[in-house]
Amino acid sequence: MSEALTVDRLHFAFTVTYHYLFPQLTMGLALLILILKTLALRTGNEHYNRAARFWAKVFAINFAMGVVTGIPMEFQFGTNWAAFSKVAGGVIGQTLAMEGVFSFFLESSFLGLLLFGEKRLGRKGHWFSALMVFLGSWLSGYLIVATNAWMQHPVAYAIGPNGELSLTSFWGLLLNHWALWQYAHTMCGAVITGTFAMAALGAFYLLVGRHDDYGRTFVRVGVIVGVFATIMQLFPTGDGQGQMLAQNQPVTLAAMEGLFHTQAGAPIALIGQPDMRKKRLDNPLEVPRALSFLTYRRWESTVKGLDAFPQKLWPDNVPIVYFSYHIMVGLGTIFILIMGLAAWMLWRGTLFTFRPMLWALMLSLPFPYIANTAGWMTAETGRQPWIIYGLMRTAAGVSPQVSSGNVWFTLLGFMGIYTLLSILFLLLIYRVVERGPETLKTTPQPAHGGDAAR
Amino acid sequence: MMGTIWFCLVALMIAMYVVLDGFDLGAGAIHLFVARTDEERRLVIRSIGPVWDGNEVWLLAAGGTLYFAFPALYASAFSGFYLPLMIVLWLLILRGISIEFRGQVESPVWFRFWDVVFAGSSLLLAIFYGAALANVVRGVPLDDKGYFFEALWTNFRLGPDTGILDWYTILVGIAALVTLALHGALWLALKTGGAVHDRAQRLARSLWWAVLAFTILVTAVTFAVQPHVPGNLVDHPWGYIFPALACAGLAGMEWFILKKDDFKSFLSSCAYLLGMLTSVVFGLYPLILPASANPAYSLTVSNSEAGNYGLRVGLVWWIIGMILVTGYSVYVYGSFAGKVSLEGGDETY
Repeated sequence: MSEALTVDRLHFAFTVTYHYLFPQLTMGLALLILILKTLALRTGNEHYNRAARFWAKVFAINFAMGVVTGIPMEFQFGTNWAAFSKVAGGVIGQTLAMEGVFSFFLESSFLGLLLFGEKRLGRKGHWFSALMVFLGSWLSGYLIVATNAWMQHPVAYAIGPNGELSLTSFWGLLLNHWALWQYAHTMCGAVITGTFAMAALGAFYLLVGRHDDYGRTFVRVGVIVGVFATIMQLFPTGDGQGQMLAQNQPVTLAAMEGLFHTQAGAPIALIGQPDMRKKRLDNPLEVPRALSFLTYRRWESTVKGLDAFPQKLWPDNVPIVYFSYHIMVGLGTIFILIMGLAAWMLWRGTLFTFRPMLWALMLSLPFPYIANTAGWMTAETGRQPWIIYGLMRTAAGVSPQVSSGNVWFTLLGFMGIYTLLSILFLLLIYRVVERGPETLKTTPQPAHGGDAAR
Repeated sequence: MMGTIWFCLVALMIAMYVVLDGFDLGAGAIHLFVARTDEERRLVIRSIGPVWDGNEVWLLAAGGTLYFAFPALYASAFSGFYLPLMIVLWLLILRGISIEFRGQVESPVWFRFWDVVFAGSSLLLAIFYGAALANVVRGVPLDDKGYFFEALWTNFRLGPDTGILDWYTILVGIAALVTLALHGALWLALKTGGAVHDRAQRLARSLWWAVLAFTILVTAVTFAVQPHVPGNLVDHPWGYIFPALACAGLAGMEWFILKKDDFKSFLSSCAYLLGMLTSVVFGLYPLILPASANPAYSLTVSNSEAGNYGLRVGLVWWIIGMILVTGYSVYVYGSFAGKVSLEGGDETY
């Protein structure tokens, strides 16, 4: 075991958490921009084209951030997790290489056309580039989720003479049933971030009384798509993910729920603090038998608690697993309420004038980011102490020759650079929002670069 | 067999990266010299604006493919070159945002700041890439488990305790900078007009002599540092086509520079880069990462390749993927053909 293990984990956690702030929005927006472009194509209304052009600018800034913070993720497999890469590369190298070959080229080519090619391509061509950007980013999401899913639930591999794993079935890896559920759940989460961002900005424009037309479009599209996404996030995708955990990682499920003792008719804890010394939940607020029902569809079923497993198989930080899961689920529930209420008011025709609801939509912007981050933290800390579940311990995966001092050096370097990136990002987003959608014309921009999104 | 095929394919992807991202790196390295006013500098940025991101994807795709085909090498090289790779990442980030964010705020101070960041990061990247290649050629202190770790520098000498930077790798780093600067100057001559075009052409004429001198020097030194390279050429004389391609490219460059044919001189530069890289790769085969201390610990095609089934399946999707990539690239470069100007267009760099 390396002295650098803790720093290596912090290094990956920091860079991946920061990175995923951007793809969750771009994957969600890619769908919403495609919807706007489709509306423009079918209604012939230039309003939707301008709306799409505006969101493409927001998309471009986030995409650039996602690209520059994404490259370090691929590198870190080798730099910080060399022992893991040596063992697992024969399998997950497939999905990672395919992401480069299929998604990145597709995205980078068609994003340029989406941003700068509207006149040259014509209406259908431009719609097509929106479709390609959507496919590219969602394919990229799939290949990465499939990689992570394999670490959660390894399939389609054989163990070689030196411990290296090799692939035995291409489709087995790509169609890992864990990947299918995890992908559905992850993409719903991304769409939630996209819809909340769109609705929040629309609500902001309506509240300050600027760009009202666009404000209404943004709120309408955001809420209609958002109500579906928030519900699907709970059922079927969240539920499906939970079923898989119960079957394949029961100890993780117990840690997530804060269930210390195996019991029949297990309750679900809404609030409470895990007390690791006394092995119980302090100040619990529970719904009796609900966990048994949600897990096995029977109120009296027995759910395994942490005590059913030796402690060395528990996630090494149960409170983090517990809290990140509860934050995710709590926020997810609130999202359904907000989007449900907003959709109902939209249907009644009162949403655009009922200011408290617009305030609620605007202020909810940060929370999908928190929920998505918490969800990934549940998955990643819940998988511990394994880097490949049941096959390889995280401690065995770090680079044997890279010392903790060097990892600290680069972790601090990334923190500095990402601080600079955050400031620039907020400045640019502020400028786009401040200008609003109406200034974006198809006529040539002034030659100086001042009006560029890129 | 599969290992050798993938060795060639990964080398091809890396060569594509160097040829494509090489011209925008080179343009960045000479940015402050060939373009003096804000308009001229905006012209330089515009000439690479729509393509640099796609060019950089080749690095990612090559990295991913290397991981897929040679996981043991990826693990060893990436952890051993830990510090320079991280520094390369930071430079790539800074360079990317300097291109994208330069035009966002209308202020001379803002322009100046990003111009210097753009030029500085491009210049350092060119040197680091050269040094990285030299590290692979020279060999690294691999242990019996196939790992190593190199500090950025130790005593700048060759020997058992090398750092990333020693006199040999620095020499190759500078050679890479000069070569890519010439490549970038020829790109700018091709894509721009006016003062930038004339300065780029003049610069290319003098850089060519520097490239010629460095080519001879680096080749001679490399043959001494890594005897495996000339050994392969002697054993398999058909491999002389690679250095021959490099020589033809070098000669062609001068010929077309003098004839002021910007397009053909840029193509010759591409041929020169391809020839040099393929010569190195051919010279190293079957080594991928030679061990400097004990040759028995060297990483080779056969001891670092992934499982046969995976490599065979990969060949299918890789070919499909590359056909698609060729299609997009032809379209993107095609829609961006001709010289750039500051007027009109959807491009807003």
